[in-house]
Amino acid sequence: MSRASNIYRLGIKELWSLVRDPIMLVLIAYSFTFQVYIAATAMPEGLSKVPIAIVDEDDSPLSARITSALHPPQFMPPQRVSLTEVDAGLDAGLYTFSLNIPPNFQRDVLAGRAPAIQLNVDATRMSQAFTGSGYIEQIVMGEINEFVQRYRGSAAPPVDLALRVRFNPALTRAWFGSLMEIINNVTMLSIVLAGAALIREREHGTIEHLLVMPVTPCEIMLGKIWSMGLVVLLATSFSLQFIVQGALNVPIEGSVALFLAVATLHLFVTTSMGIFMATLARNMPQFGLLIILVLLPMQMLSGGSTPRESMPVLAQNMMEVAPTTHFVSAAQAILYRGAGFDVVWPQILALTVIGLVFFIAALIHFRKSISQMA
Amino acid sequence: MTLANPGDTSVARLAGISLRYGKTLALEAIDLEIPAGRMVGLIGPDGVGKSSLLALISGARMVQQGQVEVLGGDMRAARHRHRVCPAIAYMPQGLGKNLYPALSVEDNLRFFGRLFGHNALERRRRIDELTKATGLHAFLDRPAGKLSGGMKQKLGLCCALIHDPDMLILDEPTTGVDPLARTQFWSMIDRIRKARPGMSVMVATAYMEEAERFDWLVAMDAGRILATGSPKELHERTGTATLEAAFIALLPEEKKRGHRAVVVPPFADGEDVAIEARGLTMRFGDFTAVDHVNFRILRGEIFGFLGSNGSGKTTTMKMLTGLLPPSEGEAWLFGQKVDARDIATRRRVGYMSQAFSLYSELSVEQNLVLHARLFSVPESAIPSRVSELLARFGLDGVPDAMPDQLPLGMRQRLSLAVALVHAPELLILDEPTSGVDPVARDAFWQFLVDLSRTDKVTIFISTHFMNEAERCDRISLMHDGRVLASDAPGEIVKKRGAKTLEEAFIAYLLDADPVDAEANVETTTQVPVSPISAADLAMPKQPHVRHHGFSFARAFSYTLRETLELRRDPVRLVMALFGSLILMLIMGYGITMDVNDLSYAVLDRDQTTLSQNYALNLSGSRYFVERPPLTDYADLDRRMRSGELSLAIEIPTGFGRDVQRGTPVQIGAWIDGAMPQRAETVQGYVQGMHQSWLIETAKTRFGQDISVGAASIETRFRYNPDVKSLPAMVPAVIPMLLLMIPAMLSALSVVREKELGSIINLYVTPVTRSEFLIGKQLPYIVLAMLNFLLMSLLAVTLFDVPVKGSFMTLLLATLIYVIFSTGFGLFASTFTRSQIAAMFFAMIGTMLPAIQFAGMINPVSSLEGVGKMIGKIYPATHYITISRGVFSKALGFADLQASFVPMLLAALVILGLSIALLKKQEK
Repeated sequence: MSRASNIYRLGIKELWSLVRDPIMLVLIAYSFTFQVYIAATAMPEGLSKVPIAIVDEDDSPLSARITSALHPPQFMPPQRVSLTEVDAGLDAGLYTFSLNIPPNFQRDVLAGRAPAIQLNVDATRMSQAFTGSGYIEQIVMGEINEFVQRYRGSAAPPVDLALRVRFNPALTRAWFGSLMEIINNVTMLSIVLAGAALIREREHGTIEHLLVMPVTPCEIMLGKIWSMGLVVLLATSFSLQFIVQGALNVPIEGSVALFLAVATLHLFVTTSMGIFMATLARNMPQFGLLIILVLLPMQMLSGGSTPRESMPVLAQNMMEVAPTTHFVSAAQAILYRGAGFDVVWPQILALTVIGLVFFIAALIHFRKSISQMA
Repeated sequence: MTLANPGDTSVARLAGISLRYGKTLALEAIDLEIPAGRMVGLIGPDGVGKSSLLALISGARMVQQGQVEVLGGDMRAARHRHRVCPAIAYMPQGLGKNLYPALSVEDNLRFFGRLFGHNALERRRRIDELTKATGLHAFLDRPAGKLSGGMKQKLGLCCALIHDPDMLILDEPTTGVDPLARTQFWSMIDRIRKARPGMSVMVATAYMEEAERFDWLVAMDAGRILATGSPKELHERTGTATLEAAFIALLPEEKKRGHRAVVVPPFADGEDVAIEARGLTMRFGDFTAVDHVNFRILRGEIFGFLGSNGSGKTTTMKMLTGLLPPSEGEAWLFGQKVDARDIATRRRVGYMSQAFSLYSELSVEQNLVLHARLFSVPESAIPSRVSELLARFGLDGVPDAMPDQLPLGMRQRLSLAVALVHAPELLILDEPTSGVDPVARDAFWQFLVDLSRTDKVTIFISTHFMNEAERCDRISLMHDGRVLASDAPGEIVKKRGAKTLEEAFIAYLLDADPVDAEANVETTTQVPVSPISAADLAMPKQPHVRHHGFSFARAFSYTLRETLELRRDPVRLVMALFGSLILMLIMGYGITMDVNDLSYAVLDRDQTTLSQNYALNLSGSRYFVERPPLTDYADLDRRMRSGELSLAIEIPTGFGRDVQRGTPVQIGAWIDGAMPQRAETVQGYVQGMHQSWLIETAKTRFGQDISVGAASIETRFRYNPDVKSLPAMVPAVIPMLLLMIPAMLSALSVVREKELGSIINLYVTPVTRSEFLIGKQLPYIVLAMLNFLLMSLLAVTLFDVPVKGSFMTLLLATLIYVIFSTGFGLFASTFTRSQIAAMFFAMIGTMLPAIQFAGMINPVSSLEGVGKMIGKIYPATHYITISRGVFSKALGFADLQASFVPMLLAALVILGLSIALLKKQEK
């Protein structure tokens, strides 16, 4: 009985200290509103505004046809450059692709000599390079085929491929970007808040005071976990309601309540992680570095920015222990694909296990770290 | 008092000074003229504005209303402040607040010496002289944080004196310092004054006996001045013998009421033992802090603990509370063995630690209520209990104030009130009255006496005040971890044949540690015999180096300080350097833009060789991994929802037959659109595969070759022909790490000083804002450059990512870039007040822009909205261009110079902003 009330009081105390730091409140508000909005709207809609250059040495109707097929929104209006300018432009990053149509191209095509077009890709441009090159190939080949078909008929079997994109038919990037940004914020903020709350108590000597009171380390930890978790959860629901569904107009397929429940579980894991990390670090600068060391890989490799299945197997296995991996996967399933509990229970189970491990590890390490600071 | 020529007679003049903290009026219309060359004391209870007054005179706090003239100039003018601050030394309230705990005594002194422009020789001489005079010479290598309270204060004084100030301002310098050290402290001040007679000293103190020896006093109450004059004048005016009595006589009528001398009724011996300790020992490494201590304290007894700073009193108390498990020996509270997990016993104990350890983010009342609740005081009893305590400790006027705004003495009272809130049976109080004014101290003692005699509360208290020790039923003298004597105060005096308890105390110390104690006593009592004579201290007054512009020496002083702190925290260094390498490894291998190994399943309703042939076509691709076939739509739906399948293919019934007949037929492909980028890639792959299947089928089944004729596309991936992830990722990961890690490190460096108090050195020393910031930034720039070199080395050797272009260009770009990233950290810490906010700002200000807006994944040109705007001006964008240019594209400075300009601009802007936003005075 007194246990629950202690946990409650200690949590309320944490909330007060947050209220007394107005700059922090502003930052939290910013990160869950404007930042989500900016991040979501910044993402290009699929392949968009790809800068491309064309060296047209043929100047034929066919080459003109190809040039005009590469148009906004996917492509920036192609820049016509000379062969000598291509390298410098790619070097400076002025365009990602350059398409080189050789002289007498149209004549050779019609003569069945199968000439080659050269497509130069700036491979350092990662995502655009890979998606874009396939896209350009298709467009160019399509144009050529159509052009040729006016002269010859086709004998391909009449099999049509009906492509249907589920869950996000128009492949709107903002849908993905906004939710992933929220998920990143949830993880980052909860680790920072819970961990820093502990380090601050240590640096100010208040933890010593708590430990002579009839309060157990477990209660102290749970007090921080519920209060900081609640702050993040509220910010998340607000952001989901007013920014994602409101300002960004993203339809949410699944149950928001289920998502928030999983988010709560995730917060239990991340706040425990934060506290665990705070018991490892001896001061705030160490903690700050530790956060970066843990957070960056979690964010980049959890499947929130690039698909997990394409990563090396080692990275995939390593990320199994990171809570974000399971949270991202569950969140995507619930929010985009409308999955229910029957589908996401493995993730929920994984989160519970990881959370308990971190919580217990933090608890064990907690007392030790206190005698260190004395 | 000739106002015409104030320089001769007065060192500071205040006219119409008022100061407010929020709604509280701290100083009200003060007019004061402080005579020069004297020892001036500010006396009065806690919270009457003594510290505020001193902070205004020293220039640490901004003048709100009225006029302050110090050393012949207006302190509101920044020019004047800058000119006179080398002549003023200010030692703030609180033990070692202006010191850097991680740095050694020597390093702290050097830091201040450098700030005032001393060369190495000069510094050495001054440090040796000052530390020899104060007895700190033997501890030059000890970190300041590990010094005892008295030593910290001495070190603080040495730091203040290192530049021969004309005016020395000390705010409660002897609070929490043991009697021996206190006498030493004052005799040192005396010697220094003899050596430099022109120096003015201003001291705020709550010790009236100390004030008796000052030349001129200012008695203050409630933000006003009650009286000024020499102690003798005050005695005469009030007709009293002691200053304490004089002060009480000066107080307005309503405040005098309630004050009476403390009377301690005799202690009636009981049988109940409240605390018992047997052979209690605590070792830290090979240092024994407490050495086999025994004592037995009866219920209702007031037991005093006396001893010099660092003699083991606090450690003993911590062992009794269970905070520290003893290395040896045992202790019992109420017959129960002390056990850290014993919650029930904790309820019966109230503990007050030496350092203020309440929540500075909770108000006075909130602190009390929180503690009452945590101790399970019944909810209905809390309001009355809290208001009773507020009234008893004189806090009823400030229930909503934040503890940080309160003066030291009132914070101490709050700590006490908190320790008492649950009406404990045993009180363990560690120097509870340090810094509390005499009137409040007496009231507090009366309260303790009542508790002990009426409620049988046992009190275990440590103190530096001899008159308090005399009130205890029994006392223990502690020194060097051992108990020297333990008896009733009167018995101890009798046993030693001494006149006073203080004499007896010193006699015991002499017995215990003849050499050390003698040396100490000598320096305190016989001034000229000490190794350093008055003449030595009269150092030739060096002209103050007054730089009007940027002083590299001062900036460098901060650089060295920061470097030393980094060196004393090797874990941080290792994490900064090797952490980034690990991150580079993980992310370099882990992040792939190449989409492959996508899972798919087929719903084959036809089950003919042709339909199987279609499915086979997919499974042969390196992009796809086949999962068990789908059975029906429900299966398809479920497995797509769970994210198991990125692609589902449905082949309709009669597919094989229809193809043979030439009837149009449709194959369905469902793609998971949850990750748009992946979905787009899948779309492309599927279409390509479908096309090739068509061609293949036409050729094998119908003998038609339809692929001939058109044209072909030769795709060449430039700069990274094998399309490997590492060569593409490494040049992008380096900028990300060089942004986040240096920013985080420098962000905490400034705000940390704010949170822990040493920012005061910026306010009161001649260091300018730009010197402070740039000085602090430098070590982090060096660290980041080192980090860069390590990462490049790793890239070239382990990752086999060659540097194709001009490395010098990259090096130059890196330098500018890390100036920006460390500058961004400084910027984050200029307007935040807590480390947590600075940390969070540094994260959101670097992580998102670096990952998403800087062109790491999507080129900036194809971004949209605000993100694009950020990306265009954000230096990471340009640095990634340069990094990729040099690493992958074999470019040099000429090709990349356009990217340098915006980076340089951003670095300058962020530095300028940080300097502009940093405050040189407390508001």
